[in-house]
Amino acid sequence: MRILVPIKRVIDPYAKVRPLPDGSGIDTAGVKFEMNPFDEIAMEEAVRLKEKDPSVEIISVSVGSAECEEQLRKSLAMGADKAVLIESQSVLDSPGVARELEALVRELQPDLVLMGKQATDDDNNQAAQMLAARLGWPQATFASKVELTSGSVRVVRETDTGEETLELSLPAVVTADLRLNEPRYIALPGIIKARSKPLERRPAAVNAAPKTRIVKFEQPPTRSAGKRVASVDELVTALKDRGVL
Amino acid sequence: MAKLLLIAFQPSDALMGAGFAQDLGLPFDILAVTGQVDVDLGAESILSAGLPDVPPADGMALSLVSVCSGYSHIACVASMRSKDVLGRLAGLLDAAMVTDALGLQSPTLFTRPMVAGSIVATVEVLAEPVVITFRPAGFSKPKRGGSSAIETAALDGATQARRISATGRSGGRPDLSQAKVVVSGGRPLKDAETFERLVGGLADKLGGAVGATRAAVDSGIAANELQVGQTGKIVAPDLYIAAGISGSTQHMAGIKDSKVIVAINKDADAPIFQVADYGLVADLYDALPELTQKVG
Repeated sequence: MRILVPIKRVIDPYAKVRPLPDGSGIDTAGVKFEMNPFDEIAMEEAVRLKEKDPSVEIISVSVGSAECEEQLRKSLAMGADKAVLIESQSVLDSPGVARELEALVRELQPDLVLMGKQATDDDNNQAAQMLAARLGWPQATFASKVELTSGSVRVVRETDTGEETLELSLPAVVTADLRLNEPRYIALPGIIKARSKPLERRPAAVNAAPKTRIVKFEQPPTRSAGKRVASVDELVTALKDRGVL
Repeated sequence: MAKLLLIAFQPSDALMGAGFAQDLGLPFDILAVTGQVDVDLGAESILSAGLPDVPPADGMALSLVSVCSGYSHIACVASMRSKDVLGRLAGLLDAAMVTDALGLQSPTLFTRPMVAGSIVATVEVLAEPVVITFRPAGFSKPKRGGSSAIETAALDGATQARRISATGRSGGRPDLSQAKVVVSGGRPLKDAETFERLVGGLADKLGGAVGATRAAVDSGIAANELQVGQTGKIVAPDLYIAAGISGSTQHMAGIKDSKVIVAINKDADAPIFQVADYGLVADLYDALPELTQKVG
């Protein structure tokens, strides 16, 4: 059983981010980069599956700049057996990332691709579905529970109205939602200890032309504080005057 | 030829999406996957598939491929389902994709939120076709009139995933992401029974939906699907009442398209008061029952 876990390097999800004054990008000065939190949940799930079945092999992969090594090292410390860094000079959009991952999947032939439902920088929620489509593999997005059985995976996934349980034959693509697990904490010594694990660098295989590009980054319009009301009566009157009651 | 296919997994998707379709300015058809869609929403044709329910994403997306042929734009109201299916459809069509469009400047220029709504990006689409999910709040109310032709559509792609079980929405309350009124509660509502009585009680009196913070969901006092925020549902009601909610960035990302936000919190320094249209500093155990009694 081989599990591939794609990992994205993203701007610190807890940092307050702003566009650059000229709108050409996001101001990253002094901001840290982290492993995409949903990918971290996917990685944790892969490690838990390996803890139940030691024959599971976990390979993590990142598509991006050389700096992605930092996040791949963390995945190795969490429990990945090896990591692959697909170096791309240009910033790829989701279809571009899906094509790089597809090329790697065809080579490594994992039984399961387990990744975050979306990256917290672009918030696109596209790459996993596009990858599954290109491979012709079944998919389960927004997973809150993952169980491996022989030849299939049973996934409880969150839906607009509650949840559903899907059974997918392997190979398959599954994306992790918030409630799948709580990732373990990895202290720095653990990351240093994982340095002996293999990390392979290779150039992007496809380098697909982008299908979209961001032409402007802006701050969203802000809401400003309205009125304090002193009582429920005053609130009801205000809402009636506003026409929403 | 530039033309839009608006996908309606359920009839309410067509109602909520017609404004986007009209704003886009291209001729459009509506695909009704389940149920029957109104014929006066401005579509040239309604392609009616009449499925009893929506199959898992792999079969659904495969079925859509042949129907989508000839359209430059394929769009659906943003939801967990549309993200699941349309992402896969975009992969099958080798299409460009725009998630959560907030507005549009032209058929190839859309605005959308990034980084939990801290950034609004203008995205230029460089390829055709393009698959779009959008948030209806940023688009016009649809103009009604005319009458669309009705055709049948065959959606018969094979599904590999097997659905073992699924839960539907319970209790007859409106859908969170479509409701005109949403009453949400946070962690101070101590347990599920109190949450349902105070938050659910006010929501029912107003004919609204019930929402919750991530903290309320994580502590087990509200169901997962009620979570409002960046990692939950995005809501845009006319009236949003936040009870016992401090106003984390994560939660605010899900409510800022609401027309009127009311905050009820006993902490006068809660960040939610900085964005609320009306703020009431009060104990929600007193204020919610009183409000429920007085709004009728």
